[in-house]
Amino acid sequence: MLTFTIRRLLLAIPTLLFISLVIFLLVDFAPGSPMSQIPLTVPPEVRLKIIEAMGANEPIFVRYLLWLKQFFYVEPLVLIDSIFGSSYSQGMQRIVSWQSRSPVMDIIVERMPQTLTVVGSAYVIGVIIAVPIGIYSAYRQYSWFDQLGTFIAMIGFSVPTFFTGVVLILVFSVNLGWFPSIYNTSLKVTDWDSFMLQVKQMAMPVAVLALYNASQISRYMRSSMLDNLAQDYVRTARAKGMSERVVVLKHVLRNSLIPVVTVIALGIPTIFGGAIITEQVFKVNGLGALLINAIQGSDLPMVQTLTFIFAVLIVMFNLIADVLYGMLDPRIRYD
Amino acid sequence: MTDTSVIEKPRSQWADVWSQFKTHKGAVAALTVFVLLILFVTIGPFIWTVDPSYINPNGAEMIRTRNKPPSWQFPLGTDQLGRDMLARMMKGGQVSIAVGMVAMLISIFLGTLVGVTAGYFKRLDGPLMRLTDLFLALPLLPLLLVMVMLFRDPLARAMGPESGTFLLIVFAIGVTSWMQAARIVRGEVLALKEREFVLAARSIGTPSRRMILRHILPNVVSPIMVSATLGIASAIITESALSFLGLGFPPDFPTWGRLLFDGVDYIQQYPERVIWPGVAISLTVLSVNYIGDGLRDALDPRIRGR
Repeated sequence: MLTFTIRRLLLAIPTLLFISLVIFLLVDFAPGSPMSQIPLTVPPEVRLKIIEAMGANEPIFVRYLLWLKQFFYVEPLVLIDSIFGSSYSQGMQRIVSWQSRSPVMDIIVERMPQTLTVVGSAYVIGVIIAVPIGIYSAYRQYSWFDQLGTFIAMIGFSVPTFFTGVVLILVFSVNLGWFPSIYNTSLKVTDWDSFMLQVKQMAMPVAVLALYNASQISRYMRSSMLDNLAQDYVRTARAKGMSERVVVLKHVLRNSLIPVVTVIALGIPTIFGGAIITEQVFKVNGLGALLINAIQGSDLPMVQTLTFIFAVLIVMFNLIADVLYGMLDPRIRYD
Repeated sequence: MTDTSVIEKPRSQWADVWSQFKTHKGAVAALTVFVLLILFVTIGPFIWTVDPSYINPNGAEMIRTRNKPPSWQFPLGTDQLGRDMLARMMKGGQVSIAVGMVAMLISIFLGTLVGVTAGYFKRLDGPLMRLTDLFLALPLLPLLLVMVMLFRDPLARAMGPESGTFLLIVFAIGVTSWMQAARIVRGEVLALKEREFVLAARSIGTPSRRMILRHILPNVVSPIMVSATLGIASAIITESALSFLGLGFPPDFPTWGRLLFDGVDYIQQYPERVIWPGVAISLTVLSVNYIGDGLRDALDPRIRGR
């Protein structure tokens, strides 16, 4: 198991390098480069200076290697410095945003909590809703509960999140006035009242994302339960006189959770992508909004770094899912 | 004594599939809805012949026909420039469904190509599957956004704003969504290769090309069809998401996603302008998903005939 994990970790390195190269080249070779966006009235020598200051005049492989060094060497050092108060990274050049002229990582760290609270709680709530629904739908297959669950799940992943979001805004903030339609990032939770405000402003984005996640996970849970309910060991357990509760919630549930846990792990990075849209709908000032802003402002370092972070998340959670699968299911051993 | 007259006439596979498909009530309803939606966007403009981009050149008239509620003249009302919403919904639907179909064709073509090659030629299996894994590890929505942002203007300049954006979006969605199909097809091909009829065909010296076209491909049609249906749904969602983020088609060129995006600014005064395109997108995707569900059951020989 350990050797498998180490092998997968080593394999992740070339994958990530390749992805970073793809992202870098895609952004760099594109004809609509930011250099063409400097106004034509700027005199040529000033234009050259601007390009030089952005570091955009170097050949592409130099910039790629520099970016790699900054991402994998300088930024971790900065992190260590900020934790231990040391000064390893002093005088080193960090990845700097072209839009705001401040280090990309600082901005990302600033935006991270908003995304994590909204996306994270939405995912947790989605899972908490989905698992019991999946269990009961499978246990009473083709009952009215199952039919209803299937229909709601179908709606959940057919109706795009931006439409559910807009409809929720329409009903709950325009017509009923219960929740604010815009997420206030500067709200600090200090007492009960501000906590309630925070809950109120999180209610709608979390509901949208949770519905979407729950509809997918409940489907997986249901089909996994159905697979296991038809197995021989279930009949054995019943024949031994186990109560129905023990059969379903102990024997079947534990076995059915194995694939679902990996699906849950695999879904974590994709929800960051989905959150881009939800953040835009509810004006949450998170990573997705940052990416959209950087894209519209042609802020290449920011776009490259953010996209690459999303890629790292995907690769990491793929790895976690694989390892989890092997750990949870003794029948699967990779070595 | 056996009575030979009760033996039924031989039925073709597709008749069987259709009769199984018909037992799935949701799928039949979905098929009806989908056909109606297609008729709405294709035949509709011939019946409702209002120009979707017509803005009254007379300024005073234009202001008077702005933001109209539904009436006999404008069944779905008008937008902030006095354009007829019904006509725009039809035009927008044409684009959205066309994007879904073409992007699906591209992704299915790529997925089948990669899947069959990887499954059939052992030497290519490793590299091609590594490539698929790499593509699966790419953050797709951010990359799509970046691609659209970077290539939209040059392509629009080269080929005109409409066809340029259309090609770009269709191509971008197709290139980033073939991986699931490739994996499924590869698995099927690997299983097929062990079957006797493949061995028989190989033993009479069938060349690889004919082997794939005559023996392998017809047998992987069912999974391809299912993933094609689901591919339409996800392509339509992706296109409208791009339009919704303002990185899709140009503003004067309606798609359902774009109409929704434009409507959000007026949500307080005219909520119906968000509801119509949103309902259209959701209905299309929902019906396509249900059709896919029914197809999956109908094409599965283990379920069929039960």
